[in-house]
Amino acid sequence: MSATLYEKIGGEPAVNAAVDIFYRKVLNDYRINRFFDNADMDKQIAKQKAFFTMAFGGPNNYTGQDMRNAHANLVKVGLNEDHFNAVMEHLGATLTELKVPSDLIAEAAAIAESTRNDVLGK
Amino acid sequence: MVTLSVDQNRYACQQGETVLDALLRQNINLSFACKKGTCHSCMVRSADVTPPQAAQSGLKNTLIKQNYFLACQCYPEQDMVIKLPDQSEFYRMGTVVVNKLLNRNTILLVVAFEDAFEFNAGQFVNLQRSDGLTRSYSTANIPQQSNTLEFHIRRLPGGKFSEWLHDEVSVGDSIAVSEPRGHCFYLPERSDQGLLLVGTGTGLAPLAGILTDALANGHTGPIHLFHGSREREDLYRIDEMRQLAKQHSNFHYTPCLSGNDVPDGFAAGRVNDIVFSHIPDLKNWRVFLCGHPEMVNQMKKQVFLKGATIADIYADAFLISSH
Repeated sequence: MSATLYEKIGGEPAVNAAVDIFYRKVLNDYRINRFFDNADMDKQIAKQKAFFTMAFGGPNNYTGQDMRNAHANLVKVGLNEDHFNAVMEHLGATLTELKVPSDLIAEAAAIAESTRNDVLGK
Repeated sequence: MVTLSVDQNRYACQQGETVLDALLRQNINLSFACKKGTCHSCMVRSADVTPPQAAQSGLKNTLIKQNYFLACQCYPEQDMVIKLPDQSEFYRMGTVVVNKLLNRNTILLVVAFEDAFEFNAGQFVNLQRSDGLTRSYSTANIPQQSNTLEFHIRRLPGGKFSEWLHDEVSVGDSIAVSEPRGHCFYLPERSDQGLLLVGTGTGLAPLAGILTDALANGHTGPIHLFHGSREREDLYRIDEMRQLAKQHSNFHYTPCLSGNDVPDGFAAGRVNDIVFSHIPDLKNWRVFLCGHPEMVNQMKKQVFLKGATIADIYADAFLISSH
């Protein structure tokens, strides 16, 4: 069996490194950081780790319905396409910063992109 | 095949089977999710042997030191005694040897034990009254000193437990003390790293322990302690900390007051703001945050944004319950 994207990117240590960079970008982005104002940081970090594991095609228990439920309250207060795009931007920039090869970045981005409608409640 | 012991019971773990799978197969109710070592849902603790290294990958280093590990990543190499997260804890009896005021609403409580009490400076324990009422308090001393534990206990209006400790407990009384818990403590590594200690109220207790521990271990990097409250009367150990700062050139102490009356020698404002005017960049710093939950949670995010990595942020938010 060939290596999965998750393994090729570097597994759990890569996820940890990515979360540190990514979460800092997100919290510093005035377009989207208000959605994180009331979030408990440790819980957020755990979620980000799960998100990256999923984006890398690694093991996760997320279903489309979970993504819908988790973001429903944010959709009510205005979460939209622009915000989703901003997060995608940070995902790409984070992986570039970690020197992940561009074909693998594209693969991870495609997985994250596939959650768009669920996240935005469409 | 090795044997796993959980709460007096013994379970077989087959060759090539993880601790998680072995326990689930034998109907032990253990929470889990990803089974890949990412989510940390299935974290348990080894009570005897050091777990295999692979089972501790990605854990905070203070958890590693206490033999926590991920059950889903653990192929045991020998028999293990395992503590599940919800397992009832073991209490031992101590004797109160000091109960005196540190300021107008905080006491110093010292509890002595017959044998050494093993803990890491900055960890907390549960204290239990004979009727079962239980509260968590941080330790304020270091284990090397003697077979004692020190606590700083603030009187909370209507707080059943703190009022009992303040008003009714006296020297010579017995009190039940749990095993130490928590992962907010100092590890003697990277001794040239900057240490930022921020506490409000009795958040000074664990920080004082961590500070003493770091100094005793010869930490060479700068150590900055910020202790905040509204009024001067609610701070304590001010002279002691100033004295320490005179003795150790790398230790800096800043008492902070957020109220209107701010005498000379105190910084005016909330600790959050004062910290960042002193130390604008926290890249490569190790940070300890203890005290009021709102301060701790805000600061966690702020110190992270100022450059501290997630792995270098240790926090202990004090929960307050009066009933």
